[in-house]
Amino acid sequence: MSQALLTVIGEDRPGIVAAVTQALYTANCSIGDASMMRLGGYFTIMQIIEYPYDLGSVEMALDPAIKHLNLRVHLDPISSVAPVADLPNTRVTVYGADHPGIVASVTGALASIGFNVIDLESESSGSAERPLYVMVIQGHAPEGVESVRKTLAPLRETEDIEIGVHPIEAAVF
Amino acid sequence: MVMLSILTYPDSRLHRVAEPVSLFDEELRHFVDDLTETMSAGPGGVGIAAPQVDRLQRIVLVDVRPKLGDDCHGLMVLINPELVAWEGMAVGREGCMSVPDFTGNVIRAERIQVQAQDAQGRERSYECEGFEARAIQHEIDHLDGFLFLDRLVSRKTDLFRRKHYRK
Repeated sequence: MSQALLTVIGEDRPGIVAAVTQALYTANCSIGDASMMRLGGYFTIMQIIEYPYDLGSVEMALDPAIKHLNLRVHLDPISSVAPVADLPNTRVTVYGADHPGIVASVTGALASIGFNVIDLESESSGSAERPLYVMVIQGHAPEGVESVRKTLAPLRETEDIEIGVHPIEAAVF
Repeated sequence: MVMLSILTYPDSRLHRVAEPVSLFDEELRHFVDDLTETMSAGPGGVGIAAPQVDRLQRIVLVDVRPKLGDDCHGLMVLINPELVAWEGMAVGREGCMSVPDFTGNVIRAERIQVQAQDAQGRERSYECEGFEARAIQHEIDHLDGFLFLDRLVSRKTDLFRRKHYRK
């Protein structure tokens, strides 16, 4: 089996996931890690697939769904999935009045301490007059949660945002 | 004492509802001893429920001293446990001896009061919070055939409990 990263984008409507995964199933593909979500008015899929023959046959299997649902599809062959090295140990929550530069300043500070972003979700909401930005980052801080608190602390004032830094600990019962 | 073997998902026996204990005899106390040893040897070592070792009775052990030291109730033998009060909500990441290699975010009450009987059949009541309260709720779920997988929430849920307030 070979591996590829499949990207799908289309105007959101019911049935996109069903059509794409059904096509993959009939092409004897299996699905690995996947992220599927609505962003704005679009539905997005990014997922690792394993396919038995060649990517051409995967594309062919997806073709009816692509045409029917007006999707844009991209397939990147990948040599193999890198082993997962770092598990997230820190969750950072950020919110505040929306303005340019929040993500850049927060992630810049995180990068300076070697923080590896594993998952970032954000949402612009609130009203047009009072836009609100909310972001949740999960990642691995090599020097621990305190180093993240320290590096982000000045941004509370300079960016006028609320920042929460929480350890992620899995309790095994 | 005997080490008992742990059922692991997808064993369908983990989804059965356990029966109340009515006989508090020597056999029960032997079983509680074996269950205690099995719990201590596990990867978490802080909680276990009888259905996890294929005994379909409402018996739960929690001892979070490996995690919290002496700042807790120590070993609690909770037979026929009932949550009689709870408040607060917290998201926490949980794993389970019966679900190897997987963890997930679960919402639990922050503070609980639990009533139960001990191995001699005496009534007991404990007030717990935080990690200890989470452990008890996780284990009591096993008595009702629930795994933490049944209570998974999206990563967003802790922050995005309500979405928009459009007027």
